[in-house]
Amino acid sequence: MRDWPQRLQKHYRRWQWHRRGRLVSEWPAYLADRHGQTRDDRLAHYFGAGTLDPQAPISEVPLVALDIETTGLDPSRDSIVSIGVQPFTLGRIPVAKSRYWVVSPQRALSSRSVVYHRLTHSDLADAPRFDQIVGEVLEQLAGRLVVVHYTRIEREFLDAAARHYLKEPLLFPLIDTMAIEAWQHRRLTWFQRLIGRRPVSLRLHPSRERYHLPPYQAHHALIDALATAELLQAQIARHYAPDTPVGVLWE
Amino acid sequence: MDIEQLEIRQHMAQYAPFEYLEDEWLDQVATRVEISYFQAGTDILALDQEINELCYVRSGAVEVSRRSGQLFDRLVEGDIFGYSDIMRNRRVRFPVRAIEDTLIYFVPAELFESLRAENDDFADFVETGGDRLKATVDQQRNDNQMSSTRVRRLIRRKPTMVDIHTPVGEVARRMREDNVTSVLVLSEEEEGINGPRHFTTQEGQVRRLAGLLTDRDCCVRVLAEGLSVDTPVGEVMSTSLMTAQSDASIYEAMMTMLNHNIQHLPILYRRRPIGVLQLSDVMRYETRSSLYLVSSIFTQSGLAGLVRLSGDLPLAFARLVDEGADAQMIGRTMATICRSFIRKLLELGETELGPPPIPYCFMVLGSCARDEQTIFADQDHAMILDNSFVPEQHDAYFQSLARFVSDGLAACSYPLCKGDVMATNQRWRQPLSVWQGYFRDWIENPDPEALLHSAIFFDLGYVHGELDMVEALQELISSLAPQNPFFLAAMARNALNRTPPLGLFRTFILEKDGQHNDAIDLKRRGTAPLVDLVRVHALACGSASHNTIDRLKDIAETRLLPEGVNDRLRYAFEFISMVRIRHQALAIESNESPDNRLKPSNVESHERHNLKDAFEVLSHAQKFLKFRYPVPSSSSRKRGR
Repeated sequence: MRDWPQRLQKHYRRWQWHRRGRLVSEWPAYLADRHGQTRDDRLAHYFGAGTLDPQAPISEVPLVALDIETTGLDPSRDSIVSIGVQPFTLGRIPVAKSRYWVVSPQRALSSRSVVYHRLTHSDLADAPRFDQIVGEVLEQLAGRLVVVHYTRIEREFLDAAARHYLKEPLLFPLIDTMAIEAWQHRRLTWFQRLIGRRPVSLRLHPSRERYHLPPYQAHHALIDALATAELLQAQIARHYAPDTPVGVLWE
Repeated sequence: MDIEQLEIRQHMAQYAPFEYLEDEWLDQVATRVEISYFQAGTDILALDQEINELCYVRSGAVEVSRRSGQLFDRLVEGDIFGYSDIMRNRRVRFPVRAIEDTLIYFVPAELFESLRAENDDFADFVETGGDRLKATVDQQRNDNQMSSTRVRRLIRRKPTMVDIHTPVGEVARRMREDNVTSVLVLSEEEEGINGPRHFTTQEGQVRRLAGLLTDRDCCVRVLAEGLSVDTPVGEVMSTSLMTAQSDASIYEAMMTMLNHNIQHLPILYRRRPIGVLQLSDVMRYETRSSLYLVSSIFTQSGLAGLVRLSGDLPLAFARLVDEGADAQMIGRTMATICRSFIRKLLELGETELGPPPIPYCFMVLGSCARDEQTIFADQDHAMILDNSFVPEQHDAYFQSLARFVSDGLAACSYPLCKGDVMATNQRWRQPLSVWQGYFRDWIENPDPEALLHSAIFFDLGYVHGELDMVEALQELISSLAPQNPFFLAAMARNALNRTPPLGLFRTFILEKDGQHNDAIDLKRRGTAPLVDLVRVHALACGSASHNTIDRLKDIAETRLLPEGVNDRLRYAFEFISMVRIRHQALAIESNESPDNRLKPSNVESHERHNLKDAFEVLSHAQKFLKFRYPVPSSSSRKRGR
């Protein structure tokens, strides 16, 4: 199963869960393994902080919404410019606990990306490098299940940055609100396809509108993290029972 | 401060009471907020749960209900709730539920308490009960009413007081004699005692206010328990007394009653009881003064503001019903609001189009003229112009004015009249002389077919312009109608077109059409035929009133109807109207569009009984009408002309 494409693995897991009421997840073993092997204190602290039980109900798991803004979309060429983190639970989002970092990118900013994240060269001039703040970021993530909107950006950029600065991979389970949204809203029947029904937009803000969440200013890591946290609360309220095991939801 | 907190701060700063806060405090609030999402239909605060946070509606809408489950309030973006419970004992008294998908900001109670201590405006807002009442409260504060009028103004009679040993039977007789619904129970105490409930009567004796007995207590605690009429009142009275001082504001008294869910509140001067306030007294007072909607209508500067206000109308309507207003009050309130919309629209139209070239009068017809409007009735109106009217010169102006008003009303959700009885129709935008001709023609040459469509013109009310034009028409009607038996007979015939929905053996006849299966049309089969019927009698006795109840009073002064019929008609009309109004209020509360179609299965059995009685009254009255206004023989017709 390890070699299967990610899409299939997800469906396989869901199928197993419905069929046998059991979850198949390799994350706990992987995290424990990384805890044993890592040579970096910060990573060791992160991997050591509480294992995540795939059977734990989502309503009891401490969560943290994570959003990063980058200079582009390619992890091998672009880099992180800001990180927003908003710890929360299914019940509450305490905004006082949010954290935000501006990160000096490995490579120069392109003016194209400035349009989106609105961080300019002067903003980034005095910013710390990723390896100077990664400890604080991991401190926020430790013991919490990370929630993102669109897995690939956060997962691949964090992994690439960790490989670059710490010479080690950084992978962990994620709940992807976009994947939930796709699962709930993008399954068109053959008939809908036939009549040319366009699939709905899965981007963060159009997704929020479907749950009547208010519009926020987009493309700021912290606001997007908050927006993601609210979106997950709304999605769970509408589509899942609060005792849904997290293993069903994570990627 | 982080940008997400700025976003929160920016939103909260727009709304009371946060808008009163200094910047530092606002920052504090924004940084300490916690957020939670509630799907439509989920509970936000459950009854009796502990509450340690002030709740702020960031988006969506919630519904606050009373302990009994009745709707208390509806809150939307920018409103707050939970503060009264925080200030009392941190237990939820008014459960809250999300009626739309809702995002709530929670502000910790400690912070809330510091805000109250630091900022007087903030404290005033939450202590007088801000939320949706705010508009009312502000308005009334300006009008110097509710919140400043002393409760003693509503006390009109001394309380009936009985000794604690009086048998309940005698207490009941006292209640009947004094025509009151509650008595205060006093106990004799040895002199010198100075407790909080002791007072000296006017005769100089020391008494203690021991309790209160209401007519409901008589029913629940005496009759239902099977107690004898000789039981001393002291054993059945309620002893947990809430009282208010005579100089408390009406608003405070009302909140006390609402909070404790009581209908009777003894009012004390110092310690001596001076009367008992009933919730209905307050409601009667409040609906009269709280027509804040009307006054806000007049302060609007444009159509957009009016349209926005009209959005509040269903809530105002539901609230009136919820507060126990009767059909008369509701009908009058709704009609006043409708007239105010028209008046304001005419003002706006006149500013836009310039002053009218000749005097004119704008009148309403039908339910609005009768002060019996329900929610968003069709618009029915007409224009009387001065006799100096020259169509080529003046009509363009009045046509655009009429168009402006009727489009404006339509935007405020008053649907256009399907029969085109509107001032936009040239036929109903005519000089006074033409109107007089219309009425002469209708009354002196009655044609039942034509009258069917013009019955609505026999209920006409003044809105704007020259009052004497409407009065001229009203006088014409009340002087001509009683002398024309053919006209009365034709009107009577038309009034019998719609029969009550009763079959043999008092079964309901249900109508099946469209997708509304099995329903009774309360308007078509109930209130409308009753109104028609009363109108015929009123025209016959030359009554100048337009409200159905007022007409019945005028009729009662003549000998037109057999004894007792008048009262029964009034009862039937009140009852059917009330069922109809409550049916509509219920629809509004469950977010459906209000209609007149009642499903008998949704009615409780005793109410179904009453409804049948009411329809039967209508049925008998219709039979009498047929007999009372027969078509005169042709010879008398000739004489009549």
